[in-house]
Amino acid sequence: MLRSFNRSLEQFMDYKDYYDIMGLERKASQDEIKRAYRKLARKYHPDVSKEADAEARFKELGEAYAVLKDPEKRAAYDELGANWKAGQDFQPPPNWDAGFEFSGGGAGPGDSSAHSDFFDSLFGRGFGSQQSNRRGGGFQADGEDHHAKVSIDLEDAYQGATKNITLRSPELDESGHVATKQRTLNVKIPKGVKQGQRIRLSGQGSPGMGGGRTGDLYLEIEFKPHRFFKVEGRDLYLDLPISPWEAALGATVKAPTPEGPVDLKIPPGTTAGSKLRLRKRGIPGTPPGDLYAVLKITLPAADSEVAKDLYRKMEAELAYNPRSELGV
Amino acid sequence: MTTKILTGIVLDEQVELSLHDICHACSTSTEWVIKLVDEGVLEPIDHDTENWRFPGPSLLRARAALRMQQDLQINLAGVALALDLLEEVDAMRERLRRLELEHNA
Repeated sequence: MLRSFNRSLEQFMDYKDYYDIMGLERKASQDEIKRAYRKLARKYHPDVSKEADAEARFKELGEAYAVLKDPEKRAAYDELGANWKAGQDFQPPPNWDAGFEFSGGGAGPGDSSAHSDFFDSLFGRGFGSQQSNRRGGGFQADGEDHHAKVSIDLEDAYQGATKNITLRSPELDESGHVATKQRTLNVKIPKGVKQGQRIRLSGQGSPGMGGGRTGDLYLEIEFKPHRFFKVEGRDLYLDLPISPWEAALGATVKAPTPEGPVDLKIPPGTTAGSKLRLRKRGIPGTPPGDLYAVLKITLPAADSEVAKDLYRKMEAELAYNPRSELGV
Repeated sequence: MTTKILTGIVLDEQVELSLHDICHACSTSTEWVIKLVDEGVLEPIDHDTENWRFPGPSLLRARAALRMQQDLQINLAGVALALDLLEEVDAMRERLRRLELEHNA
């Protein structure tokens, strides 16, 4: 059967070059496609890869593979022509899909991944998303567990917080169509959570059938990137700028922490890149993390006569050759 | 929209999960989770009891195993090896980080 397409005339989206994503020529054989997928899947799999954008890359790869591995879909995609460039505003030509028949089902790789608008416009919404209840068939079934991510601020891990999270999940309505259902939850984020940790919320998954247990909701904690602090486990890193005289003579300077500024003692003769540890100023827990201030020496600009005179005075009175170790 | 505040449990080492919890959260069969235990991917707190209990972080490991098996088409022995190696890499990265800190302190 032909899918009904959710396509509005005014809607444009970015064209996706699935061959480019997989690093393949348009004439690649099915075997080459499979090999390219396996190789890239190992490279970008979010459980394996340390690349920052691994998850997005893997999703994109899964979508490309879902189309190219399937001769029907690949033929339909090829029909669009090779003249499109990735990212270009795209709208499917009228009736481009006439004569193609897509057999649904068969979940794509990855977690019930939502495909791009581009994919949806070509192959229909909800294609490949996992709606099947594996325990179907019996008169009683437990509701499915759900998994979602929640982004929190670093400060939330210090103080604990209540987060408003909105979850969207595809559900089948009475007529069998896929509709996106939205719900909002207020969730308590306990103090001391770490990046990647899961919070289990009992009974917040799908309802069971015929008296079956309601599923649970698992929330993965993800820290939003912070302006100053980098998080490693429970430890925090901060680049702290200091002046040349603070580094040379020693000083007590203010340093920010997620709990407010503290005084930090810079020993005399400090060099750039030195790390000062603030014990137990990291994310609370057992044991609590530490905060490391990585010192950066910054130079005042020579933008006034006074500043220029001071630099000239140093030049004249300090016998300093920063390149002496290089033998020049 | 609800105003009720939900409190969950953080799945750390102190939390115990049942065999059913893991099966359900991964939408898999009991047999699959038993295979994970056989391969050493998951370690029950006490092997000898009838009702296995697992430490909280086991769930992350089980779900990672599931994704790797599905997405990379590797068998469970391969998944077990990959997970062990990844853990070793993480431990070495952490060690390297500590050593670099000591070196620059």
